[in-house]
Order: sequence, then C-alpha cells, then structure tokens
Amino acid sequence: MSIFVDDDTRVVVQGITGGEGKFHAGQMIEYGTNVVAGAVPGKGGQEVDGVPVYDTVDEAVEEEDADASVIFVPPAFAADAIFESLDTDLDLAVAITEGIPTQDMAKVNKRLSETDTRLIGPNCPGIITPGEAKLGILPGNIFSEGRVGLVSRSGTLTYQVVDNLTERGLGQSTAIGIGGDPIIGTSFIDALEAFEADPATDAVVMCGEIGGEDEEQAARFIGEHMDTPVAGFIAGRTAPPGKRMGHAGAIVSGSGTGTAQSKIDALNDAGVPVGDTPEEVADHVEDFL
Amino acid sequence: MKLHEHQAKTIFADAGIPVPDSRLATSVDEALDAVDEIGYPAAIKAQVHVGGRGKAGGIKIATDREEAEQYAEEILGMDLKGYTVDSVLVEAGVDFVDELYVGVTMDRGEGKPVLMVSTEGGVNIEEVAEENPDAIAREHVDPSFGLHPYQARKVVYEAGVDADVALDVASILSTLYDLYEENDASEIEVNPVMITGDRDVIAADAVMNIDEDALFRHPDLEELAEESYEDDLERKAGEYGFDYVRLSGNVGIIGNGAGLVMTTLDLVDYYGGKPANFLDIGGGAKAERVTQALDMVFSDDNVDAVVFNIFGGITRGDEVAKGINEALEQFDEIPKKVVVRLAGTNAEEGMEILNTDLVEVEKTLEDAVQRAVQNAEEVTQ
Repeated sequence: MSIFVDDDTRVVVQGITGGEGKFHAGQMIEYGTNVVAGAVPGKGGQEVDGVPVYDTVDEAVEEEDADASVIFVPPAFAADAIFESLDTDLDLAVAITEGIPTQDMAKVNKRLSETDTRLIGPNCPGIITPGEAKLGILPGNIFSEGRVGLVSRSGTLTYQVVDNLTERGLGQSTAIGIGGDPIIGTSFIDALEAFEADPATDAVVMCGEIGGEDEEQAARFIGEHMDTPVAGFIAGRTAPPGKRMGHAGAIVSGSGTGTAQSKIDALNDAGVPVGDTPEEVADHVEDFL
Repeated sequence: MKLHEHQAKTIFADAGIPVPDSRLATSVDEALDAVDEIGYPAAIKAQVHVGGRGKAGGIKIATDREEAEQYAEEILGMDLKGYTVDSVLVEAGVDFVDELYVGVTMDRGEGKPVLMVSTEGGVNIEEVAEENPDAIAREHVDPSFGLHPYQARKVVYEAGVDADVALDVASILSTLYDLYEENDASEIEVNPVMITGDRDVIAADAVMNIDEDALFRHPDLEELAEESYEDDLERKAGEYGFDYVRLSGNVGIIGNGAGLVMTTLDLVDYYGGKPANFLDIGGGAKAERVTQALDMVFSDDNVDAVVFNIFGGITRGDEVAKGINEALEQFDEIPKKVVVRLAGTNAEEGMEILNTDLVEVEKTLEDAVQRAVQNAEEVTQ
C-alpha cells in the first residue's frame, strides 16, 4: 500500500520531447515507473526512449490507457497543459513546472474544483512510492521502501530529510512534494488525510515553510483527525518580512502572518514535535517507531 | 516586483482613474520647478519601496516655496529604512474630508482574487485587519469569469461608503480589477482614496506589485523593474537570474532549492551565526552558475565566511565541484573561507574533484554550517 501512486499507475509525460521531459522520463522508466506515453502537440507519431508520443493527452488515454500525467511544460504553456489533464479526467496530474503565473493557477484551481482529478504541484519535485513508481524529478536512489510518509513544500529539503531517514534505516511509504507556489493542487491536509488512511504508513513527516496558513490549518487537522504520529520541520525562521525567499509562496507578510514561529506554535499545540534541524526530525520519527 | 508610486499612478491615470497632478523630481531644483507649476499645498513624497514612508519622514506637505525647498533637501538622499531616496514625487495636495481603502489581491487560501474596501482609509490597513476585521468588506472574484460589475458595487455599499460617492468608488475599484488582471498584478492597493469637499474621488496613493512569474508576458513592466532595484547586489542577482535576498549577517550562503537554502540560513542562526544572504542557484546548475554565485557572495563586504550546500537531484555534484574549483583558482588568495557540503547525485565524484587546498569539506549539513559559523567568528575576533 501507499498513497496516490503505485506500480499500476500508467503515466503520460506531457512535454516528453523537451530537454527536461526527455531526461526525467528516462529516469522514471529506469526507476520502474510505467511510462506508457508522451504527449506533445505536433510531435505525435514520434518515440522517446521507446515511449510512443501523441499529439494530445486524450489520445494517450485512448491508445495507452494512461491514468496519470507528469507535466514538464514551460511556464507560459503549463496552465494549458494542466487544463488538458484535468479535462481528460485523469486520476492524477503532477505539475513539475516552476514559475507559472499565479493568476493562471487561480483559473486552474477553479477548474480543479469541478473535476475529480488530483493535482500535485505545480513547482514541485513530484511523488514517489519507493520500489514502485516515481512521477517527477526526485532522485530515486536516496529513497528506500518503508513505513514513513513524507509531505513537503520543498524539493531539496525533502531530499535532505529523506536522506537522514534512509541513513537510519527508516524507509518511506510515499513521499510527496506539494510545491512552493501560493496556489497548489494537493494540500498538506489532503496528503495527511491519505496517510492517515494508509495502513502501510506508521508515521508522517511534514516539512513546511513560511508563507500562507496551510501549515496552521494542517496542524489543526492533525490535532483533530490523526492517530498516526507526525513530526514537523519548518523552514524560514530567519526570513525577513516582505521578501520572497525563492519560492513564490515563501513570503512573510508585512503584518506578520505566515511566520515560521506561528507555524511551529500551531504544530506544537497539536502535539507535533518540530525539529530545529533535519537530523532532529529523524530523531523524532525514530522515537515514534 | 514592486512598482514605485509614480509608476503605478501613471498606469492608473492612463486607465482613467483620477490621481492628483504630480511631477517626478530627482534634484531640489527639479522639485522646485515642479511646485512652481503645481502650486500649494504640495506633497513631497520619497519614491522608495518602503512601507510607512510618512511615519519615517519620507512624506512632507509644503505650504510655500521655502518649505518645499527645505523638505526636498531633507528627503532627497535621505536613508529610509536602509534605502537611499534618489527621487521624490511632487504632488498637488488634496483637500479631503474622508479617506477610504480599496484594494485587490490574491486570497491564497481561497485561490481567488479578492476585492477589499474599508472606510478606515489612510491608516495601516493590516492593523485594521488585525484589530477590527469587520471594518473591511471583502468580495471574491471567480478568476475564470472575471469581475461582475455588481460585485464592485456590492462590496463598496457593504463597506458603508457614502451613497453619493459609492458609484464613483465602485468604478475605480472595477478599473483596478481590470488593471490587476491585465498586468498580472499580485496586489493593487489605494490607501487612501480621498473624498474632497466637492465630493470628488481621487486615488491619493498607489501600490502595485506585479507577479514576477508573469513578467515574460509584460515586457513593458519588466523595464520598469530594472529601474527599481535599490541595491547593487540585488541588481547583480537580477542580472544573473538568481533568487537572492540580502540580510544583515556575515555568513554567506549558497545552496540549491528554496526550502534547503532557507533551512541553511536557519541553521546558521541556530548555531549562533548570522546569515548574510539567501542565494538559490536553482536546479541543474553548471560550473558557470557556481562561479557567478561565488562572485555574488564574495562581492558582499559584510560576508566573512561562506557555506556552500548542495543536495543534488537534477544538480550534479561533480558539475558544482568543477565550478567551485574554477571560481577559486582565479584568486591568488581566497577572499573568504568556503565550506562545501555536497550530497545526492554524483556527490562522491564531486568530493573527489574538489580542491581541498581551496575549500574546506564537510559531510553533513549540520557540520558544514557549524564550521562556517566558526570561520566567520574567527574573522570578526
């Protein structure tokens, strides 16, 4: 068991003929993911690494039975690519693209509320169920099979925490990067809810960062609805107000909302221990198990 | 990306929103020419990206030429919360009887734009939001459809704006929403909108922030951005295309990925040091990017020591190591001690390539940060 993806997931890669799309499609295949098709307008009929390319996502679903997409499409066209996934009724769309205009994502978000498709991202590293499937750009070799679920707003911070877990023999059930943008598909709460329901997940790590109030809401959810123990980490304690810290969503507002301290306090109030360092997060998980 | 008040007001005026008559001045002489044309009273307003300019002494009202000269001299060149003022907006004073707040921004939680109106204008709206949230009327907009005109009217009436000016205010709000959409703004705010004794409605201030991720489809706005860098290092970062934020400490930080770089800053602080900057070299960085990043951090005089932390996914440790060697081999003497930690893709190859005569190497993030903090302390002692 795992959440959202497993070895039955059939993947279409949108943008498979581009540099990043081609490279990561290859990496996903090497990891064992069922990459069944690519979709690139104007490139139908070609093959990439033995994977047939179609002009539309619709054809990829018709011909190859794809049920999930991974989107490597430049920011100017990415919202359109997400719409294509949503309108084709895939189960899952994973948008890797960084730098999609926020107002485009607001339109996507509206459409998302009308469909059953799950969107992960954008501006995220993707999702991996170790030993089964990887949809995105996460480096497969640092993950190991196990029973710790992980959900994070950041890519490289996820790798750091996973590395600390794996080094101690604490493998992962599923790890999800939900993305660093202000408007994203799958939220912390969506992921936590799924981990809580997953019999293969015994503990969860949640890595948040400054900006917005998603971590505070997630903390309330944990307090009210979760029996699975959760350990937390919050990046951006030293971030000055009003400055965007790399991620479009990582900004402490002038009035002081979205601070690391507010998130840490909310998590502590919900009984979630928050590590001062990534090592300490692994310590907490070790204590749980 | 923040526009200056005068840039935003030009956009407002072009869209038909009433703004006070004004001129931009970069010298006292220009400011005096401007007041001669505009008349008195005239507001002299510092053009810097700092909130609370008025309280900090960046806005003064001149009632005659002598005062105008005195205030222009005071404000031009002054240091406002770390930013030097090199231009002022000279603006006709408005004789107002009432002040409102109107704004359009993205509600992250809802994923929708929201209109906001309050009759408590002219003061810090964030304080109003905190102390008396009911004093701000809000209306969410369906981003796929856009604004229905009735929504602008509804939120203005709901806020309790005087009936005789309500439709004029709603019309301004509706235009602001159009500008928000057309320009991919992240935030537009007019605080205050002034109501005069003659019941005219005037946008007396203008805040307009643009979504940086949308600049690719607004080349005209991108030009405005180039005019508005306040800091040489930020300008340089902009040219290199780095995500960069300057802080006040002395430990320079370079890394990949926003979350991990933020964590590195936090750890510097946790181990008793002070971070000098946030610098994210992004994913897949090759040798040249690494050289540019080191150049950035070395050219910050506040930096006493550097920590370089890479966890490679798409970024390859061997590429980074090559870049670090190339960058440092140019120096007869390394200007600041650099601690490097490489993990993830090709990290071992990278560790072998690194020239340990030029850099110190640590295996874990925690050790690398502690060593850099120590190095910085040695310099300051």
